[in-house]
Amino acid sequence: MTWDASLLWQFDLLILPMVIICAIAALSFKDLVSCAVISGAFSFLMCLLWTEMLAVDVAFTEAAVGAGVSTVLLLGTALHVKRKSKD
Amino acid sequence: MEDLLAYIISRYNYWAAIILLLIGLYGMIAKNNLLKKVIGMTIFQAAIILFYVSIGDKRGATIPILAHGHDGAHQAVEAAAYANPLPHVLMLTAIVVGVSTLGVALAILQKIYRVHGTIEEDEILETIDQ
Amino acid sequence: MKKTALLIIAVLGILLLRAAEDLPFWGDPQSPASVHLSDYYLEESYEETSVPNIVTSVLADYRGYDTMFETVVIFCAGITVLIVLRRTHRRRAKVISPRPERPGADIILQTAARLLVPMMQLFALYVVAHGHHSPGGGFQGGVILGSSLILLALSYDIQMALHRFKEKLVLLFSAGGVLLYAAIGLACLFLGRNFLAYGAWAALLGISEPEAHSHGMLGVEIGVAITVLCIMFSLYIDLASGGDLDEGL
Repeated sequence: MTWDASLLWQFDLLILPMVIICAIAALSFKDLVSCAVISGAFSFLMCLLWTEMLAVDVAFTEAAVGAGVSTVLLLGTALHVKRKSKD
Repeated sequence: MEDLLAYIISRYNYWAAIILLLIGLYGMIAKNNLLKKVIGMTIFQAAIILFYVSIGDKRGATIPILAHGHDGAHQAVEAAAYANPLPHVLMLTAIVVGVSTLGVALAILQKIYRVHGTIEEDEILETIDQ
Repeated sequence: MKKTALLIIAVLGILLLRAAEDLPFWGDPQSPASVHLSDYYLEESYEETSVPNIVTSVLADYRGYDTMFETVVIFCAGITVLIVLRRTHRRRAKVISPRPERPGADIILQTAARLLVPMMQLFALYVVAHGHHSPGGGFQGGVILGSSLILLALSYDIQMALHRFKEKLVLLFSAGGVLLYAAIGLACLFLGRNFLAYGAWAALLGISEPEAHSHGMLGVEIGVAITVLCIMFSLYIDLASGGDLDEGL
């Protein structure tokens, strides 16, 4: 199998490490509000990834839902509970 | 060198999906804070969706929206020219259902905080023991 | 606990990486997922439904029954959050929950929100109506409509947003969206076809059968959008106020 320029694999190589870094960061910060915001960034990177993989409808949904509504819901909860986490 | 690059590219998405899945699973098992567990769940979910969307991708294809004229004239569609739409449909609904389940999880979390005054797992266990 | 978790993910990781060797190459046009069913959708769906966006036609027509129950799941989730979290003023006095400090209203934020909200709502209506020809559809349009209301509630406060769109109306409409979906399906049943077989509308509306499929899908997407709009707004107001609906973040 030979690789093909039409796959946009350069974006793939670039975005996936950032996604993994965001995933680790979202779980390791002690401030829960930071975790919520980082998970929003994670969703947005995922959205870029899906545009690159030709799934435009999924990307659109993720941009509206993941980066928008679910971040707001996580933020709302993080501000209502004790903001500092032990681990 | 070219072969190695081709091999890495052909597997890269699956590796990333597996790593994300493991990160999410680790968060769900090992983190003490319940909100972190919920974030781990969303990461796990994103990994599954990444896997499905990678399966639906096609070399040399375009997005699954047909080129069409307004006069109704329509030529035969070549399936290889468009990405596989089926994983996209499944994952589109999965994302929206995912945010609703996230809402339910967060509601239960707030209820736990209201009852126990904390969302750290070990502290909740202490208050139950009393 | 951490050691157990690391052990579990190490074992699972090795197993999954070994299994990944057998998966088809990324982007392989001949992968098993792309050769059986999806070719049929790609080749025939325009003939059968006259909708160029195949994702929409599969979502709302071929898999319409599935999508209906996805909408029901969203509706149930919204109702569950309401049951778990909502509390009336009488019971509230007993519990003490810390709420975020709310500094005075920010005039720049509020003006920007006031300008932005109509744009968002117009765009959302475009996304719902144009979902047949471009990326978009009921789910996306509904979420954008819902987030326009959330923006209103974030920049002013929840009371102001609720004054525009009462809680009782939110719940009525969230059920109404699902019912609209089911009613379109049931009407097909009464017109002598299967449930959600939109072709039944063709004779009644005097249009060709693919066009009837297209119009049926539009109706269904509108139902989905209404439910998603109401549930997203309901999730936000319940979660951000801790169930009191008095003030938000």
